[in-house]
Amino acid sequence: MKFRGLIFANLFRKKTRLVLTLGSFAVALFLFSLLALVRQAFGAGVDVAGVDRLVVINRVSIIQPLPFSYRDRILHMRGVKRVTFDNWFGGVYQDQKNGFPQFAVDIENQRDVFPELAVPDDQWQAFVKDRQGAIVGASTAKRFGFKVGDHIPIQGTIFQGTWDFNIDGIYHGKRPGDDETQFWFQWKYLEERFPDAMKGQVGWYYVQVENPDDSVHIAKAIDAEFANSPYETHTDTEKAFAASFAKQIGNIGFLVLAIGSIVFFTLLLVTGNTMAISVRERMGELAVLKAVGYSDRFVMLLVLAESLIIAAVGGGLGLGLAKGFAAAIPFTPLKNILPFSYLPTGVFFVGLAMALLFGVASGFLPAVSGLRLRVVDALRRV
Amino acid sequence: MVRVDGFDGSSDLINVRGLDKKYYRGGEEIHVLQGLNLDVEPGEFIAFMGPSGSGKTTLLNLLGGLDVPSAGSITVAGDEITHMSRGKLTQWRARHVGFVFQMYNLIPVLTAFQNVELPLLLTKLSKAHRRQHVETALALVGLQDRMSHYPRQLSGGQEQRVTIARAIVSDPTFLLCDEPTGDLDRKSADEIMELILRLVKEYKKTVLMVTHDPVVAESANTTLHLEKGALVEAGAPESAMSGGAR
Amino acid sequence: MAIPVVYNLRSVRARWLSAVVAVFGIAGTVGVFVAMMSLARGFQATLVSSGSPSNAIVLRAGSGSEMSGSVTLDQVRIIEDAPGVARAADGPLVTPEVVVVAAFPLRSTGTDANVQVRGVSPKALQVRSNVKIVEGRFFQPGLAELVVGRNVNGTYAGLNLGDSVNFGGGTWRVIGVFDAGGSAFDSEVWCDAHVLNQIYHRPDNIFQSVTARLTSPDALHQLKDALSADPRMNVDVSSELNYYANQSTVLTQVIQVLGGFIAIIMGIGAVFGALNTMYSAVAERGREIATMRALGFGAGSIIFSFMIEALLIAAAGGALGCLAVLPVNGFTTGTLNFQTFSHLAFAFKITPVLLAAGIGFALIMGLVGGLPPAIRAARRPVASALRGL
Repeated sequence: MKFRGLIFANLFRKKTRLVLTLGSFAVALFLFSLLALVRQAFGAGVDVAGVDRLVVINRVSIIQPLPFSYRDRILHMRGVKRVTFDNWFGGVYQDQKNGFPQFAVDIENQRDVFPELAVPDDQWQAFVKDRQGAIVGASTAKRFGFKVGDHIPIQGTIFQGTWDFNIDGIYHGKRPGDDETQFWFQWKYLEERFPDAMKGQVGWYYVQVENPDDSVHIAKAIDAEFANSPYETHTDTEKAFAASFAKQIGNIGFLVLAIGSIVFFTLLLVTGNTMAISVRERMGELAVLKAVGYSDRFVMLLVLAESLIIAAVGGGLGLGLAKGFAAAIPFTPLKNILPFSYLPTGVFFVGLAMALLFGVASGFLPAVSGLRLRVVDALRRV
Repeated sequence: MVRVDGFDGSSDLINVRGLDKKYYRGGEEIHVLQGLNLDVEPGEFIAFMGPSGSGKTTLLNLLGGLDVPSAGSITVAGDEITHMSRGKLTQWRARHVGFVFQMYNLIPVLTAFQNVELPLLLTKLSKAHRRQHVETALALVGLQDRMSHYPRQLSGGQEQRVTIARAIVSDPTFLLCDEPTGDLDRKSADEIMELILRLVKEYKKTVLMVTHDPVVAESANTTLHLEKGALVEAGAPESAMSGGAR
Repeated sequence: MAIPVVYNLRSVRARWLSAVVAVFGIAGTVGVFVAMMSLARGFQATLVSSGSPSNAIVLRAGSGSEMSGSVTLDQVRIIEDAPGVARAADGPLVTPEVVVVAAFPLRSTGTDANVQVRGVSPKALQVRSNVKIVEGRFFQPGLAELVVGRNVNGTYAGLNLGDSVNFGGGTWRVIGVFDAGGSAFDSEVWCDAHVLNQIYHRPDNIFQSVTARLTSPDALHQLKDALSADPRMNVDVSSELNYYANQSTVLTQVIQVLGGFIAIIMGIGAVFGALNTMYSAVAERGREIATMRALGFGAGSIIFSFMIEALLIAAAGGALGCLAVLPVNGFTTGTLNFQTFSHLAFAFKITPVLLAAGIGFALIMGLVGGLPPAIRAARRPVASALRGL
C-alpha cells in the first residue's frame, strides 16, 4: 500500500493525542468486556444449561421440599432417561462471608446427569466409598485452597452444627463458563441427620430426557402427574429455570445496556471531536493534497482510515486487557463478586465490530468536512 | 505569444475567454474578474502583477482548476476545464498543473522525499520508478542531500525548492506560482527565480506566476497587470488592446 | 498577577464544541457513578429501615437468618416474660413469626418470582410501628387472610385487594394493603402465623423468629443477658436494625465495588477526553498564551488560568451528570435477596452526599485532565510560540 507512509505520518503527528485517543477506545472496549463479564456472571447458568435436563421443584417455591417417592414415579414416565435429586445445604466455611453452593447429591446419577462437570474416575470411586466424602469445583477449591485429602469443617446454617468432610476429588467444567463453584457430598450423609419432619424428602429433582425436543412435553406430563397432590410440582427446562432465576436478581441486562450506551455515546463524542480537531488543524494540508490532484474521496478515505486504525488498535488493546483482567480476577477481591470470570469469544468479535463501527462513526463527520473542503477557501485560511 | 485581446491564436496552450468571477462576501457582491481574455503559448513565462484584491490569485486558482468561474471559459491543451465535474477536474489537475505556493504548503509530517512523491502516488508508477523521478526532481532543485529532512528542518528557500520539485515531478503541462518568493529574503528569492528560469529555458516549462515584486517580475518574458478585473500589458498599455507582446 | 476568568469563559465559548464534548464525557461518568451508588444506597436504606433499634430479633443460636431458625412456643413464653420487653395493656409486645416463600408471577415479565410470606402475631403492627395499614384492614386471627405490602401490590399480578389466591395448599383472600415506609416489609405478604403453620402442615408450636419491642434501645443488653443466662434458651438476640443491616452488606458491597470500578474506568476514559480537549485548547491558543507571557503574566498564572478552565468544564459536567440522574431518584427496582431467597423491591436513593461525591469526582477528573496541558502551556518558550503557527 503506497499510501501507508502518508497515513502513518498523519497518525503519529501528535503522539499525545494518539495515545489519548487509543486510550479512549481501549477504555471503552475494556468496559464493554467488563460489562459482558458482569452480564455473564449474573446470567450464569443460562448459557451452559443442559438442553436435555429439566428441573422439578415444589410448585410453592424452591425451598419447599418434594417427596423422595417422586423419583421412581418420574423415572417411569415416557422419555425420561435418568433422575437425580439434590438438597441445598447452605453451609459456610470458617466465616459467615465464605458462602458457596453446597449440594447433597445422589451419587448414583450425579455424574451421568451432569457429564460436563468432569471428575477423574479414581477420585469419583473414592468419593462414592467415603460417607463423608466431598467433590469440590475447581474454582472453589482455588478460592479456599482445598486439596484432595483435606479434611474440612463446614458450618451448617439450615442443618445445624459442624459437618466434617473429606475432599475426595475436584471437578472441572468441560466448557468455559461451566459452574466450578459447587461442593457436592453424599445425600445419605445429610439424611442421617435430617430432622424427623424432613425424612423422606428431597430439595428438587433433575430429570434427564432421552430427546431434548420432548422437554416441554415431558415437563407438562410431570406437572400433570402430581397435580392436586399435597406436593404439586413446577417443571421447567434447566435453561428457563436459570433464566427466571437470573431475572429475579434484577434487570442486569438493562443496567448493562444503559451503562454501555452511555460509555459508547461518550466515547463517540470524545473521539469524534478529537478527529474533528485533528482534521481542522490540517485543513491547509488537505487542500494541498487536493490541489496536487488527490480526489475528494481520497481525502475522505484518508481521514476515515486514520480513525479506523485508531479504533482497531485501541479497541484490540482494550479487549486484550480485558482478557488478561478476566484471567486475573480469581486473584483479586473481585473474585467474590464475579465468580465466573469467563469472557465468551463472541464478545471479542462483537467488541471489535463495535470499535470499528465507532471508528467509522467518529471519523465520519470530519471525513465529510474533508470531502466538502473547498481548496480555495482552505488555502486562503493558511 | 501571449495575447489578451481575445483573438484566437492557433498554437495556444491556454485560451481564456470572457472570464468572470463574482464573490459574495457579507452580502456584498464583489466582481473580481470582468470578461478577462488571455492566450498563452507553450513555453511562455508570464508574471501577473497588480494591487491587492485585483484578482491575481483568483485568476491563478481558476487557471489551476481550484475554483470555477461565474462565466466565461478556460481551455487548456484543447480541454475545456470550466465545465468539468469536480472529479474530472481533480484528475485533470493531477495530470496538467504544478502548484507553487507562497507559504510552501508542504506536509509537515512527511520528509522532503515523501512530499515530492505525493503526486506520483496517484500514478501507476512502480516504487522504483517513483524513487527515480523524485530523486531527479530533487536533484534539479539542488536538494539531493536533503531528501529525508522534514520541512521544519529546512530553510524557507529550501522549503520552496521542495515545493517546486513537487510541482514538476509529475511533468505537468504548466506551473502556477503564487508569490513564490513572497516569504523569502532577497538572496533566496533570487535563487528561486534562477531555478524557475532554468525550468522555462532548459526544460521548456510554461510558467504563470503572481508576484508583488517588480524585480521578480522582470525575469518573466511577459508581465501583465490586472486592473479592475481585466488584464493590461506592463509598460505597453497602449498596445494591450491590439495584442502583440514581448 | 491573575488572568481574568472572563478570558476562560470566552475561550470556552469560542471552542464550545470541544468543551461540550468534554462536559458530556464527564457528565456520563458522574451520572453512572451516582446512579450505581444510589442503587447501593437505596438497597441498603430499604433493609436498614426495616429494622428498628427499639426492636430485638431472637433466632435460634447459629442460624444467622430467620429462614433456617426455629423457636418453640415455650421459648416464646420465656421471651414474653423477659426483662426489657415492652408491654401494652393486652400483654407483652412480641410477635413470634414464621416465613415461607411463595412464587407469584411478576407483572413486568410474567415469570415467577419468590415473595416472602410472613406469618405474624396480631400484635405485629404494634411491634413494628413503622408498618401502617393504608387500604382495607388487618387480618383477623384464625382466618386465611393476607395483608400485602405496598410494593407487592404493584409488582405481582393477582395480589390486589379482594383477590383470592392459592398457594401452599390453601386458598387465601387479600384483605388489606400496608405501607412499611419503604422498608423490606413492603415486599412481603403477611398473614396469621398459626394459619400459615396449619396450611403448610407445620407443627403449630414452632416459629422461626421472635421479634420483641424493647422498652428502650438500651434494653437490648438486658434482654440478651437474661436469655443467654436461661438454660432453656439456645438463641441469638440481636437488634433488629443490625439484623437487617447485615443482610444488606453483601449486595451493597457488590454494587459499590462494581459501580466504583466501572466509574473509575469510565473516569479514565473521561480524563482522556478532557486531556485531549485541553491539549488542543493549548495548541490552538499557543500564540495567545505566548502573547500573555510576553505581556508579563507568569508561568503560574498560565497554569492557574488553564486549571480554572478545566475545572469549569469539569464542574459543568459534574452538575449535568447529577441533574441527569436525579429523575431516577425513587425509581423502584427489585432484586433477589439471597438471605431470604425472595424478591425485594427497593428504590434508587440519591442523597446530597452522593451528589457532592459526584461533583467531587468530576473535579478530580478536571484536575487530572487539566494539569498536564496547563503545564505544557506554561513551559512553551515564549519566542518560538510567538513565531509559530
